[in-house]
Amino acid sequence: MNDLVSEEAQAWIGKSDDPVEVEVTRRDIIKYSIATEQRLDKYTSGDEAPPMFVAGLSREIIPIDDLGADGLPPASLVPDLPLRRVMAGGVSFRFHRPVKPGDVLIFNRTLSNIVGKEGKTGPLIFVTYSITCETKDGEAVLDQEQTRILR
Amino acid sequence: MKIANLSVGQQLPIRHFKASNVSLFCYNAAIWNPHRIHYDEKYTKEIEHHPDIVIDGPLQGDWLSQTVTNWIRDDGNLLEFSYSNRRASYLGETLYAGGEITSIDSDTNIVVLYLYIKNEKDEVTTPGNAKVKILN
Repeated sequence: MNDLVSEEAQAWIGKSDDPVEVEVTRRDIIKYSIATEQRLDKYTSGDEAPPMFVAGLSREIIPIDDLGADGLPPASLVPDLPLRRVMAGGVSFRFHRPVKPGDVLIFNRTLSNIVGKEGKTGPLIFVTYSITCETKDGEAVLDQEQTRILR
Repeated sequence: MKIANLSVGQQLPIRHFKASNVSLFCYNAAIWNPHRIHYDEKYTKEIEHHPDIVIDGPLQGDWLSQTVTNWIRDDGNLLEFSYSNRRASYLGETLYAGGEITSIDSDTNIVVLYLYIKNEKDEVTTPGNAKVKILN
């Protein structure tokens, strides 16, 4: 099924976004904890971030006028592929240490793989992104893999 | 929590979640997600053809992770967690999250969990897995 993924698309594997740097505040942790209805005091007091807090932390912040008609920023790291319908794939996390107020985190996002497969209902393309998060001092915080399925 | 008291097949406590316009606003503001399908009903129905406002997939991922964090509290660490959003959920639906122990390694104190979010029809919207280390 290599003809699903052109050589031009293959060349996107390994490309990365610019690193994103985020300073974590107690108030940000509290907002997230309230919005997600956390029950543990360490989260609602902002002493520690819930595990999934980090997953929403590196979203792009761009001027309102640059957002699309759907409200979203233009997607980055999207090669030209012959299948266009996006299905939710999976997300997986490996946690190295909890996030605390005052942490300065660096996120790096890379397009790590593109694989074409013949599914039961037709051709599918799996696009995988790897996101690493570490502190500014280089301490590993979290590794994330995100898969998008195109059909 | 002692690892000796845990058993494969043991169920985790179930919790119900009902998102509201207000809770979805707060969540999407907190993660800075301006996608209109989470707050603009007319756009969501007419342009993206959903039956109602969409409950964020990662929010359900968070609820799934809470099945684990509320169960282990300070007795263990979440090492790995994965999920996939298989079926969309909409404003007005009541979802519930739960899980069960699928394996226990008493040498390493590692416990593996299967997790799920189900809707009112008992369909799994979001399955997941987690690996935790129980602290002694």
